[in-house]
Amino acid sequence: MAFEKYDFTPISQSIHQFLLEKMSPMVTTIIEWTIIGVLYLLFVAVFGLFLVYAERKVCAAFQQRLGPMRVGPWGLLQTIADFVKLLMKELIQPKSVDSFLYNLAPFVVIIVPFLTISIIPFAPGLQSLDFDIGVFFVTAVSSVGVIGVLLAGWASNNKYSLIGGMRSGAQIVSYELSVGMSLITMVILAGTMQISEIVNMQRDGWFIFKGHIPAIIAFFVFVVAGTAETNRGPFDLAEAESELTAGFHTEYSGIKFAFFFLAEYINLFIVSAMAVTVFLGGWMPFHIGSWDGFNAIMDFIPGLIWFFLKVFGVIFLIMWFKWTFPRLRIDQILTLEWKYLLPINLFNILLMALVVLMGWHW
Amino acid sequence: MTELTELEKVIPTDTIKTDEYLVNMGPQHPSTHGVLRLLVKLEGEIVHNVQPDIGYIHSGIEKMSEALSYTQIPHLTDRMDYLSAHMNNEAVALCVENALQVEVPERVKYIRTIMSELQRLASHQLWWCASGMDLGALTTFFYGLRDREDILDIFEETCGARLTLNYSLPGGVMFDIHPNFQRKVKDFIKKFRKKLPEYDKLITGNVIFTERTKGVGILTKEDAIAFGVTGPTGRASGFSCDVRKHIPYSAYPYVKFEEKLGTEGDCYTRWVMRMDEMWESLSIIEQLIDNIPEGDYTAKMKGVIKLPEGEFYQRVETARGELGVYIISDGKKNPYRVKFRSPGFSNLFAINHIAKGWKIADLVAIMATFDLVIPDIDR
Repeated sequence: MAFEKYDFTPISQSIHQFLLEKMSPMVTTIIEWTIIGVLYLLFVAVFGLFLVYAERKVCAAFQQRLGPMRVGPWGLLQTIADFVKLLMKELIQPKSVDSFLYNLAPFVVIIVPFLTISIIPFAPGLQSLDFDIGVFFVTAVSSVGVIGVLLAGWASNNKYSLIGGMRSGAQIVSYELSVGMSLITMVILAGTMQISEIVNMQRDGWFIFKGHIPAIIAFFVFVVAGTAETNRGPFDLAEAESELTAGFHTEYSGIKFAFFFLAEYINLFIVSAMAVTVFLGGWMPFHIGSWDGFNAIMDFIPGLIWFFLKVFGVIFLIMWFKWTFPRLRIDQILTLEWKYLLPINLFNILLMALVVLMGWHW
Repeated sequence: MTELTELEKVIPTDTIKTDEYLVNMGPQHPSTHGVLRLLVKLEGEIVHNVQPDIGYIHSGIEKMSEALSYTQIPHLTDRMDYLSAHMNNEAVALCVENALQVEVPERVKYIRTIMSELQRLASHQLWWCASGMDLGALTTFFYGLRDREDILDIFEETCGARLTLNYSLPGGVMFDIHPNFQRKVKDFIKKFRKKLPEYDKLITGNVIFTERTKGVGILTKEDAIAFGVTGPTGRASGFSCDVRKHIPYSAYPYVKFEEKLGTEGDCYTRWVMRMDEMWESLSIIEQLIDNIPEGDYTAKMKGVIKLPEGEFYQRVETARGELGVYIISDGKKNPYRVKFRSPGFSNLFAINHIAKGWKIADLVAIMATFDLVIPDIDR
């Protein structure tokens, strides 16, 4: 296929060979780890800032404003300026907090995006971890984040923070079920949990088209539950600023607050990236049946660009939720999960199993 | 522990069980819309008791009025309920006029009523955008402010001020209306009639919104009367309390409008009530704007106004409810005592009664649909 000329594997292979020639395998591994680590660190920082900028611009568009315009062209440097300001701010620690847990919480929260991002396939050959249990790994590590939020809520010794933390705990634990189950639905269709395999299987058709009805239901549930899991949009109860001032991160300032802030946006990226990988064909280009000319043009666009285009599409959808809907109440949020999404999901898994068994998919 | 003892004055310790806790909502809180402090007793998320603690923005308007002349008092009243500034001015003006038994020109009545209704629209727009934000729909804020801007521009052109108008004085209004006034108001009405359905589309029909508000924080008609809850909040409970209808003043006797009454008394009805009131205001302005009679914009008044000895009371309908102005005069050029019966004050204290048993998020929704303006409460 034409798009394979954009494969990143030769580049990583040649770097690997080059390093192996110069030094021992042990040192090579360490250097490679360091390079990958630094790259992810850079990506998270830059992409997180970019998403903050994007959100401000998207929200401005919905609210008939311009958004940031002063710092840099079209306000492009605004979020960088904000971040630098946050870096230089004093770290205020209230007297009565549980110091150890209070300081631990932001790090627990920021670790999750780094763990999950490692499994995202950005482009052919651009994926650092590829287990045979990839999907399982994502659901497993993404649930660590809630511990950070709970710790922050508890250790701050602030009633608003505690309410926010407890809300977030109840919410994330519930919605993880839906995220996991909608992923399982797709795993049934794919027959594998390995992320690279899942992407490869969508070569001749994205899963949302291949698995038709159950896949579309699963996609819908995944986006709703994913929005809830990232504490965003109509589900931002944990930090509901009109009720709890800032929820679980009320007492955090400076870079610790920035960690929570950044983690939220990177989690948004991860939810979108997982939706893209599992439902929308990952970095695979868009093909229509036997339109060879059209397909060839689509193949001409590199996988990396395809991936980010789709991711931005999903991110825009989730931002759209946030700037349109009012916030739900805590009991309504749990009702939505346990009374609606969960039964829908269980039924959907059954439907998908039936579809796969009978071979009703493309 | 000094803080706790301070709280104990309001809520005795023996009523606090181990599983309940106190949360200070305010004086600095995003959804109290000003410096209102609520002592909220919670069990988990459930509200058990709400004790409003007011006075953080007390400005002593009533006391200061005793040292001012009758032409000066209206200027202070702008700062009470700053979103109904014109109605406050009008209330004092009407009270003084009634005391002196001055008949103001017809033109003044028309101008005052149009300005009142514009002010009501501006106030309800701000209420709409702010309470949408309280419920988590952040976009409403900008839509509401965008459309409110048109009204403020009209105000600015008419009297030079956008918020604290200082337009009505005993005897009439400060200046005549601007030549553009009628055209601009008509343009605005045309524009806003298209915008209002947009408001409904964005929020009122939303399923999350209806879930959040329907059946929440029910204020019965009996309670509304008992607490003296007036305005759209009272009418949502079915309490017919529109001063414009019952004791018409200014140009209200000349216009046809409907006093919308709700039956449920929940947050949703209160919301719909204000949306309906905006339509009514538009129709009132439409009936008046083309018929403003020619004439003077102020009646002939003496330079120093002295009220006859006695007690005078005037009520007007502000955007929040019934505002009463009570003046006791001892025949001098300053009043002996002035008392404002502000709608916000009475409305606020119904909150404890209806918020019990609901969640914090519902308390915020109830506060939002009560449309409180804190300087109005503290005066």
